This record gives sequence, structure tokens and C-alpha cells, in this order.
Amino acid sequence: MIGSTKINVIVSQIKVLNDLVTCFEFKTTNGDLLPTFSGGAHTIVEMQDGVVLRLNPYSIMSDPFDQTRYTISVRRDDQGRGGSLFMHTKVKVGDEMVISYPVNLFSLDLRARKHLFIAGGIGITPFLAQIKQLERSNGYWELHYSTRRPALGTFVEELLEKYPHKVSPYYDEADQRIELTSLLSGQPLGTHIYICGPKGMIDWVRQEATDFGWPDEAIHFEEFLAPIPGKPFQAKLEISDKVINVGELQSLLEAVELAGVKAPYLCRGGACGQCETSVIEYDGKFIHRDHWLTDDEKASGLKIMPCVSRFEGKKLVLDR
Amino acid sequence: MVGFKFPESIKSRPVYGTLFVKPGVDHLIIADGEGAEAIIRLAKLNNQWIEKSHIIYIPKHTKTTFVDQLKELMPGQLYLGPSYPASVSRIRQALNNAKMGLQVYLAGTEGLIGQAQNECMSSGVPHTAIQTEHCGSIARRMQCVHCKGITEDVIMDPFICKHCGLSLFIRDHYSRRLAAFQGVCIDAEDPGNIPEAVELYK
Repeated sequence: MIGSTKINVIVSQIKVLNDLVTCFEFKTTNGDLLPTFSGGAHTIVEMQDGVVLRLNPYSIMSDPFDQTRYTISVRRDDQGRGGSLFMHTKVKVGDEMVISYPVNLFSLDLRARKHLFIAGGIGITPFLAQIKQLERSNGYWELHYSTRRPALGTFVEELLEKYPHKVSPYYDEADQRIELTSLLSGQPLGTHIYICGPKGMIDWVRQEATDFGWPDEAIHFEEFLAPIPGKPFQAKLEISDKVINVGELQSLLEAVELAGVKAPYLCRGGACGQCETSVIEYDGKFIHRDHWLTDDEKASGLKIMPCVSRFEGKKLVLDR
Repeated sequence: MVGFKFPESIKSRPVYGTLFVKPGVDHLIIADGEGAEAIIRLAKLNNQWIEKSHIIYIPKHTKTTFVDQLKELMPGQLYLGPSYPASVSRIRQALNNAKMGLQVYLAGTEGLIGQAQNECMSSGVPHTAIQTEHCGSIARRMQCVHCKGITEDVIMDPFICKHCGLSLFIRDHYSRRLAAFQGVCIDAEDPGNIPEAVELYK
């Protein structure tokens, strides 16, 4: 699949939430209703930044049953490749943009007896939609939300006001930490845990839950990786018979697309597996960063996920 | 002890493994008949595990054969049930009180494994996270697809439905929801033409 179906939207509202996070609301340009989605879904926002087309995934945080608008939150990353800065500095109310149909790689398991959410920083966004979804069916949930300081706990006040008994905030600067041991040991049978936040947090919670004997099927997590900058490299696309140059700030997938070659993708964050590409020949080393390939596949030198992974070396030939 | 090796079949047919001790907060073990042998084997490998274990055991035809050995293991709790239906309330109570981190081990006949798995699933334990080991009889729990009645411990194929009296042949088609294999009328198209019954896998 080359992405999912596109939707033409207009930026209907921009709300600055704090120093780092700004919230964007989209409505369709022609006034049609947007598709419904399930909590945890993301949309890919296309950003035409000069000659560069950026496609970044953002979790949809608005009510899954509200088809009049989608809302996303973008955290500014000054060290990033520019997508979030573009959103923060260039996008204005009334701008026309293109987003993708929602795709969900982080859905609720509705067989769960209880949903336990663990959020870190901007990782709160998918949970905002999931909470709205669960509230409609009187679902049983609980949120533990950790941020650096109160001002960055963007949604804490609103959540605490609405659900004072279901939300527990933690502030790093006040040395507050999620008491994972007591939290994990007291959950009723049938609880599922969902983690979204920095990699360190995801790894920590997954490991603890596994050590406590939680089955993998009850542990869900999502971490979108942004492609990281790296040394420029060259790749040959065998089927298309093209040689492409991948720039320092570009991902391999973006370079393939810029060369006019249609390559499959869905999440663009190393999670979904759609862009998996076979390597025909190489001389050098891979910088694998995805969550998709197994360690064996990564070591084999036969596969690469061009959305987030890079290459350093003399020669790379891809089956594309 | 070497268990029966079921030949490969359709995807719907359950497959069983060999129990091993997984890290967990508590351990619930449900077994019948020769399933006791699997528990005894595991307990010898890990005695800390057995202290945190709740064993629900239904001896069936083995009667007292394994009971003393199970008591000697000194499990956290040991319940001896006269039959599966009589043990269901105990199983449900154990699951109701359980917290995440519970590990479930099922050992014995297919009927016991299927029904206990079903109870665990309705308490929110993913079926893929439940360990199973087949021991003892290869008799099956069968549902008549016509009258929906369940006949337990079926070993001869075809067999007569206990409820509606039809002659049913045994399929490998299995329902996890019903914890039963499907039995289908063998002489529907040619009434009275019923082949002689043979024992399963003979």
C-alpha cells in the first residue's frame, strides 16, 4: 500500500498549549464529514516545506466519533529535521493541507477487563482519543501521566477536572515517579497496559510487566520514531534503475519518493512494516532503527525499513 | 511419561505443549487424571513455584493414585474435585480473586483443558498466554451440531449423541467458545448406513 487514502483539509484552529506543544484542528475543505476512527489511530500530515515534502505521523487526539474535526498535537523539536518546526512556524489558520485516512497501530483491546494507560510527555495524545472512546461505553480505565513539570503537563488540568479519580500526574522536576511495582502488582486479572512515551519509559514498563508475569498479549506500546539525520549516502534502486542520493536530513524513503519511485508506506515511523525493502547487494553497514525487523533480520543484511533506517558504506542496491 | 502425539490436522484443532514454569505472581494449576504427572514433574524442577501454586485437581478414573504425591509437594492450596462441573465454582472464584501476573497451567484431557481455558478466557486471560499439556485419555468432549447437546469422553467414532440419539462422526473442527469438537450426523443422506464404530486414532 502506498500510504492510505488522502483527505484535503483546512486548518480550522491553532491553539498554543505551552512552550513546546501546539494543537492543530483540521476540517475537510469541502465540508464533508471525516471518517470515524478508533482511539489510538494516527494520521500522516503532508507538509510542503519549499521543495521538500515532509510526511509525519501524529496521533489523533479528538473524539473518535466526532466526524467534523480531527485534532493533533505537535511538540516542537528544535533538533529535529524540521517537520515540527514547520508546523509551529509556517502553518496558519485557513491553510489547506493534505492528511491521510486514519490508521491504527495502537488500538484498544476491547476484550480487556481494564485499560491501564502509561503516558510520558507528548505520548498522551493517543490516550486522549482512547479515553473519549471508553467513556462512551463506561469503560474501566486509569491513566498515569508523567511529564517534566506542571507547565508541560499540557492536558493534566483538563483530565484531572473531568476524571479526578482516574488520572494520576507525575512531575519529573518534583522527583515524582510512577510507582510501577505497586501499580503492576495490584491490577485485576484481564487488565491490559498501554504505554506511549519516550523509549526509556516504554522499555522500563514493558520489562517490569514481563517480569511480573504479564503476558505479551496484554502489553501494548507505541513509539513513533522520527528519521534521524545522518551521513549522506547513495543507493541504487534495481527495479526502477535509478541511483539516488540520500541527504543528511532526508530519510531513505523520502529520497526514493523524491526520485519519483512509488514505494509503499503507512506509518513512516518504523512500526507498521509496510515499507520493508529487500536488499540485493551491499558493502557497508546498516543503521537499523525500526521496531519491525527481528534482530536476526537486521543482522542478515537482507532487509531495511527505509522510513527510519540508514546506511553507511560504499554500495547499497535495493529491490525497488 | 510420554504423551500421545496427535497427528497434524486442520488449523482449528488445538495443539498442546509441555508445561514449564513461567515467572509470575501466582500460579493456578488445573488438572485431571494423569495430568497430575505433569504437575509432579514441574514441582520437582522448581519447589518455590509450588509454594505459590493453587492446584485444582480432578482425579477421575485415577482416583487416589496421585493424590498423596500431590499433597507431598506442599502446594499453596490443593483442592480435589469429584468432577469438572463440581470444580467450576472453585475455578471461577480463583480467577475472580486473581491479579495480573497470574500464570495458568492446564494438564490432562482435552475436555478439561478446553473447559478450563474457556473459564480463563472469560476472566480476561488471553488464550495464547495459557499453557497446556495433554495427558491421559484421548477421549473428546463433543458437541452435536444438530441438537447442540454435549457428550463427554467420546472415544468411539461414530458415536450416538446422548441427547438426540443421532449417529455422529467425530470431526477435528473445534470450538474454543464451546470447548468442544463438532459431531456431525453420519447417515443424513443414507439413513441407516452407519459404519462400525472404531476407537479414535486406532
